[in-house]
Order: sequence, then C-alpha cells, then structure tokens
Amino acid sequence: MDVIAKEITIMDLYATSFTGKSRVKWLSCFLLLLSICEVMVAKANETTRSLLSEAVLEVDEAKRIEVIRKLSETGDDFVAEFFELWKQGEVFIHTDPVTAGRTVVTLADPGLKTPSVASKVSDGKPFTGADGKVLSLVPSDLKAADTSRALRKEMKETTEFLALASPEVKVRLGAAFTIGMMQKKENIPPLERRLEVEEDKGVRKMLREGIALSYLASGTSEESVRALGELAELKSVSGRDVIVTLIRKEEAATTGGKGDGVVLTAAKMALMKIDSYLAVVDTFGTAFRGLSLGSVLLIVALGLAITFGLMGVINMAHGEMIAIGAYTTYLTEKCFTSWFGAGSFGFEVYFLVAIPMAFITASVFGAIMERGIIQFLYKRPLESLLATWGVSLIIQQSFRLIFGASNRQVNSPQWLMGSFEVSDVTLGYNRLFVILFAGLIVLGTWLLMTKTPIGLCIRSVMQNPQMAACMGIRTARVRMLTFAFGSGLAGLAGAFLSQIGNVGPALGQSYIVDSFMVVVAGGAGNLIGTVISALTIGLFDQVLQPFFGPVMGKVSVLIAIIIFLQWRPGGLFPTRSRALD
Amino acid sequence: MKENDRLKFIGIGVLLVVTVVIVPLMNAFGGEGSIPGVSNFTMNLWGKYLAYALLAVSLNLLWGYTGLLCLGQCLFFSLGAYAFGMHLMLLIGEQGAYKSVLPDFMVFLGYTELPAHWKPFYSFWFATSAVLWVPGLAALIFGFLAFRSRIRGVYFSIMTQAVTYAACLLFYRNDFTFGGNNGFTDFKLILGQPINAAATQRGLFMTSGAMLTLSLVFCWWLLGTKYGKVQQAIRDSENRVLFSGYSTTSYKLFIFVVAAVMAGIAGALYVPQVGIVNPEELQPYKSLEVVVWVAVGGRATLWGPIIGAIFVNSLKSWATYHYPEYWIIILGTLFALCVLFLPGGIASLMPYAKGWIKRGVARFGNRTGALPAAPAE
Repeated sequence: MDVIAKEITIMDLYATSFTGKSRVKWLSCFLLLLSICEVMVAKANETTRSLLSEAVLEVDEAKRIEVIRKLSETGDDFVAEFFELWKQGEVFIHTDPVTAGRTVVTLADPGLKTPSVASKVSDGKPFTGADGKVLSLVPSDLKAADTSRALRKEMKETTEFLALASPEVKVRLGAAFTIGMMQKKENIPPLERRLEVEEDKGVRKMLREGIALSYLASGTSEESVRALGELAELKSVSGRDVIVTLIRKEEAATTGGKGDGVVLTAAKMALMKIDSYLAVVDTFGTAFRGLSLGSVLLIVALGLAITFGLMGVINMAHGEMIAIGAYTTYLTEKCFTSWFGAGSFGFEVYFLVAIPMAFITASVFGAIMERGIIQFLYKRPLESLLATWGVSLIIQQSFRLIFGASNRQVNSPQWLMGSFEVSDVTLGYNRLFVILFAGLIVLGTWLLMTKTPIGLCIRSVMQNPQMAACMGIRTARVRMLTFAFGSGLAGLAGAFLSQIGNVGPALGQSYIVDSFMVVVAGGAGNLIGTVISALTIGLFDQVLQPFFGPVMGKVSVLIAIIIFLQWRPGGLFPTRSRALD
Repeated sequence: MKENDRLKFIGIGVLLVVTVVIVPLMNAFGGEGSIPGVSNFTMNLWGKYLAYALLAVSLNLLWGYTGLLCLGQCLFFSLGAYAFGMHLMLLIGEQGAYKSVLPDFMVFLGYTELPAHWKPFYSFWFATSAVLWVPGLAALIFGFLAFRSRIRGVYFSIMTQAVTYAACLLFYRNDFTFGGNNGFTDFKLILGQPINAAATQRGLFMTSGAMLTLSLVFCWWLLGTKYGKVQQAIRDSENRVLFSGYSTTSYKLFIFVVAAVMAGIAGALYVPQVGIVNPEELQPYKSLEVVVWVAVGGRATLWGPIIGAIFVNSLKSWATYHYPEYWIIILGTLFALCVLFLPGGIASLMPYAKGWIKRGVARFGNRTGALPAAPAE
C-alpha cells in the first residue's frame, strides 16, 4: 500500500507541474510558433503567386523574363509545379466580358471538355464571378497562357535555381552541375549565395566547380586564371572538357597573335593536374575491377582446386556444378517471388537462403557423381576426364529440356544493386560483395582443411590413401565428402554468377577453361596458389582489356599463362615431391 | 607374315578398294539395271565420315600410341580446313553475292584490298602445302614449348584445350580476316570444276579414301619400326624411356607434328565436301567429340578410331534426326558407359567376334569336332 500511495503522490506532482500557468505558457508558445510559420508560408506564397500571375499576364517578353528570373529567388516549390502546368498549356487567362479584367486561373480538370472548378493563381482561392459564385469553366472558353522558346528556357533555368534549395542532396547536386555547365556569368551570385549556406560536402564541391566554370567562360583573364587554379585544386573531372576546349581556343588565339599566354599556361597546368588525378582514379578503378573479376575467378576455381588440385580428378562437369548452383538460385528466387511478392522483405532475403541451397544441391550431385562414376576411375585420371565430360553433356542437355535453351533472368535483391562513389571511383555493391564472398569462402575452406578433424582426414587420404586406410580412416567416404565439398563450392560460384549475369545451360562451360587455367597456374593442390593466381589473372585481364579489347585480352592472358608455365611448369606453388609419377 | 598382319593387310586393301573403286563406280553407274547404286547424298555423307575417320586416326596416333591426350585436335583440323577454305574462297571470284573479286565477308566488312597473307592462296599448290605446314608449324611451336617444360598427362590435355579455346575466340573475331563467326562457305569451284557436281564429289570421296588408307598404312608401318616401339614405351612409362637414354621430348614432338599434319589433311578434305567451315569447329567440345570417337571405337588399335568415328557419327546422323533433343544425352551416356564398362572400346570386342565366327565355322564345317576356345584378350 505504501508503495502505491507514494506513486500516486509523484503522479500528482507531475500533473500539477503541467497544470496551471506553466502548461498554458508552453501551449501558447507552440501555437505562436505555428502561426508565425503559417504566416510566412502564406506570405511567400502570396508574393510568388502574384509574381506568377504577373508573369503570365505580362505582354512584353523581356519584362516577362525579368519577372521569371525574380521568381528564382523565392525558393518556392510551387513555382516549378506552376511552370510545368504552364508549359503544358494548362494555365488559362480569363477575360471578364464586362470589365475586361484579366485573371489567371487554373482548372481542376483541364483535360476535360466538361466544366470544372477554376481557381485563381494570384491567391489560390476559387475563382468567383460577380455574383460571388464559384465559376466552373471549360478550357475552350478560355485563352491558354502562351509561352515562347526563350521563356521556356528561362523557366527551366529558374527551376534549376530553385532546385539548388531543394532538401534532397541529389537534386541539389544535379542542379549545381547543370547551372555550372551553363557557364554564365550571371549565375555566379546565386551559386555563391548557396555556397554560403550549403553544408553537404559533395554539393559544396560542385558549387565551387560551377562558380569556377562560370568565371572561366566570361571572366577577365585574371579571373580565368583563378578559376583554372580552383578547378585544378578541385580536380574537376567535369571541367576537363571545358578546359580542353579553352586550350584549343587560346592556342588558336595565341597563333593569331592576340591571345593571353597566362591563361593558356594556367589551363595547361590545370589540365595536367586533372589528368594525373584521372590516371590515379583509373588505376584504382582498374585495380578494383580486377580484384572483383579475380574474386569471381577465385570462387569458380576454388571448387576445382579441391577436386582437381587436391584429388586429381579432372572433373569436366565442374561447369555444370556451377550451373546447378545458378539454377538453384533461380528456383529459389522464383519461389520467394511467388511467396512474398517482388520487392518485399521476404524477397530481399532470398539470396541468403539461395546460397546454402546452392551449396547443398551441388554437393549432393557431386556425391552422386563420385559414387556413380569417379570412384572407379581414380587410377585412370585421363578417363575420368572423359567420363565426367559425358556426365556434363547429360546435365547440360537436361537443363535445356527442363528450363529451356534460352537464358533465364535472375532478379537481384536491392542490396546487391547500385553503387557508390569514393572520389570518382565507382564501387558496385555486387562487385564489393563478390570480393567479400570470395574472402569468406577461402577463409572457410582454409579453416575446414587445417583446423577440423575432417580436414585432417581429407589431407591424409589425399597424401597417402593406403596409410590413411590403415589408420582406420574410411577413405571411400572421405573421398566422397571431399568431392561433394568441391562441387558444393562450385554451386556457391553458380549462386553468385546468377547475380551478375543470366543463367543458361552453358553457363558453366564459359568458365571451365578459365578455372582450369587458374588452378594449373597456381599449382595444383595449393589453396594459396589458387588465390594468388586467380587475383593476378583477374587483374591482368582488366589491365589488358583497355588496350586489346575483351577477346584479345582474354587470348593474351591465356598465352601469358602458357608462357608462364614454361618458366614454372608446376605453377606458382608446385607440390614438391621426389616421387616419379 | 603373321596371321594378324595378314588380316590387317587384307582389311586395308579392302578399305582402299571399296572407297577408291567400288563406291565411286556404284555412284557413277549404279542405280540403273542390276548394279545397286549409291546416291550422291550417301556418298557425300560417307566422304565426311572418312574425313572424320582420318581425324580420329591422327588422334589415336597421339593418344592411343603415345599417351598424349590432345584436347585440341580440332585446332589442327580447323587450321587445315581454313587453309584450304581460303583457296576455295578466292576461287569463288566474282560469282559471290557482291560480285567482287574479294570474298563476300571482306566486302561486307569494308575491305577494299585483299590482305597480303591471303594473296598466295590463289595458288592451289600453295594452299595444299599450307594444309600441311600450317598445322604442322602450330604443333611444332606449341609442342616444343609444352614438351620442353615437361607438361604431361592431364596438364598437357588442359593446355591443349586452352590453346584451342584461345584460337576459337580469335577466329570468332571479324577483324581476324577469316570470316568471323560465319567462317567460309558458298564455295563454287575446285581445280576448275564446279564443286557440287557429282563427279567432283566422287573425286573428293576417292581422295578421302586414299588418304585414310595411306594414313593407316603409315601408322601400321610406324608402329612396327623401332621408332614406333619407343613411342609406345613412352606411353607406358615415360620415365623409364627417358632414363634409358632416349630424348622423349623429340619423339613426342615428332608424333605431335605428324598427328597435326594428318588432322590438317582431314580438315582440308572436310571443307569441300561439307561446304562450310566456321569457328564452331574450334569449340572445346568438338575436340572432345573426337576423343569420344576414339574411345568408343577402341584406342591403341588400328581400326578402332575408324570404327568409332563412323559409328558415333552415323549414330549422330540418325539420332539428331529422330531424337534431336536427346542426342546429346545419348552421346554423354554412351561415353560414360563406354569409359566405365568398355575401356577397350568396340575394337576390344573383335577377338570375341572372331571367336564366335570361328566357332560358327567349326560347328558348320565339322558338326562333331570340338569347338575351338575363344581367344583370351
């Protein structure tokens, strides 16, 4: 009882603090604030609206443009909306038959031939006739407000300036870019005004670029030099083209004997700085793309490093294991779409379910294949190549019969799409994901192989099956598990490949030659070798591609690997052994 | 002469007579009266099989007798085919769709002049020699690099496949001046004769038969020599041969080049009979198909590759017509089963067949006599 009583008293105290004067005070403060805001909005609207009305009614083109330009300073969203209506011919001028007074109106339903309610633009209130009744008008009774090309251009620019004040960072960025690219001197003051209040770093940079570009186009030579310095400092990629044009112009002027050498030198300096920055950006971009391609190769080749490198089985059906993983992902995506609907949260997580599913399906197929065919051919490696090729044909054709010969599109979840930029280097989420994914798989495989009892069994059976059997290890089972694990890794690769391309029956075939090359170049039976060779080949490919094109790039990589094997026949990390084959 | 050799001799003789004399005669004069005829279509089809058989024989020389599983035999086949195809393309002259001296695809791609490396191919003899030396040279370079660094076994197979794949990518390119993915087709003339005339096709069929016979005789002869014995010893244990003082590298290189030249000849015979060559032939699976022929027919036997090439290809012709969707599954199953249960291929059934025939003959000729036992394999 005591406790409850205490609580009540506290509650009472709490209540009294809000009753009486203090509560009234708070409330009135709030209301006051609210009303001030309202008044401000209404006022802003009023000026805007009257200006808009004025602009429509104005007959003289130059004056019209002036009024519209004035509108850019209001910062009112209504302006852009109104311009859109105006351009579409949905703003009308109503001329009173008696007084000949003209009023600018908009209709609730301008497209219809039936009358609809009109509202005045000047105050946004319904348009009433002389008798005080709300008028319903038909477009054909009214004169549509006219526009001209110059006017529309002006409206567009005004909209851009308005967008500078938009709450969305992206819109502000776009507006700053467009205004800067206009390269007009009169744009400088609004840009500078915005720069003072702007807080976002990206937009600030864009604004400064825009100001510099505007100065460059129509400034004195002193201003141009300063602007060029600014552009160079900002490492403005978008300003590069402008500078190149400027250099050409200045060079022509200099040869004509009337140019200014100072601007030319400054422009060349700026270009050099921007170019060297671009070279750095390019290098990082290439490195990133090479790393992600290398990761794709790594994921694809890792399973092969187990089955081929470790077990010595040439599994030509490895590519089909990849395809099995990809088709499993495809089916999972279809199931999740039908259960949860596209775009729902349930759909977003499908890929997380598809990954283990792909692993399990592919490893089950692998286990069946090992039991059915490969276990009889451990002594005849070349023939295991042929038999597994037969299996690969069967699986491939089964895909064609079941899923059709055409490629299937797998929709990626939202979180795998899109990209972000780090100082002009575009990083795609799926590329980042593949690097992370590859790292995880390699880590997992390494842990499994070195830190677990099953890994110990696998290594012992691969090194000396007879001895392992003597120690009581069930070699047949270990081999089956190893093969299933390698195939499962291929399935994981398929799950990922389905996210960066289409899924088709020949999906695995396009990777099989590459992945064999990765394993051979890395040195069979060595995980580290596979990792290094996959990343190196990926990087090499991306570096060569700009020079040779995709096909020749690939060919030159293949040739490079063949030449590399001349130098190190056993690959990067050959298995050292004194045994003769 | 041992009995086995006599049989081989008779077999080769029969092959020669059938392909060079009997079938062409039946095609030319058959169909009317009492002589059974061979249609142009059938002869053309079998001419293709003969070219394939030659390709299989070349692979068998490598894989069956030297232990080098080459997954790029179609590379050499295509090189020969392309070399001869270039000559045929130039012979089209102004009969092409664009009425230009240049091959159609060059006009299409905007060439105004024949590339320099095409010009010598106007000469038939240069083209024919190119059929021999282009694949031979390619094999020499690749083989030298591969064997020198002792790339063996599985690694050799993978490397040959990679090279073929690289070549495939190259030939698919339009600016490689070999017709891009359309390749060469629409040939008109060969040695001044219309290429699709029955007489020309008959001549090509006879040439294919003769070349196949020649290659068989060559293989047979080579395997009997000391060189051939060393070659087979390399297959069985390369290290022992190496330690006995033989340079296995040069032996392998020689066989590799010879096999490549044979494959090139097969390609050159294939092109005028089939009338098209394109980079599809270079796809890795095509070379694997050749391996299937040899494995199904029976490797390391004289007749195995020929039997395999003809058997699998007739099966293909039949199955792609009757069960087009299941053909690849049939091929795959056939192959897996053959590797698992019949490692010696169809040819390993021969001794049994011989035994059955002998027993049949014995039973027929001497009803009371004891049956001769089937020979052990």
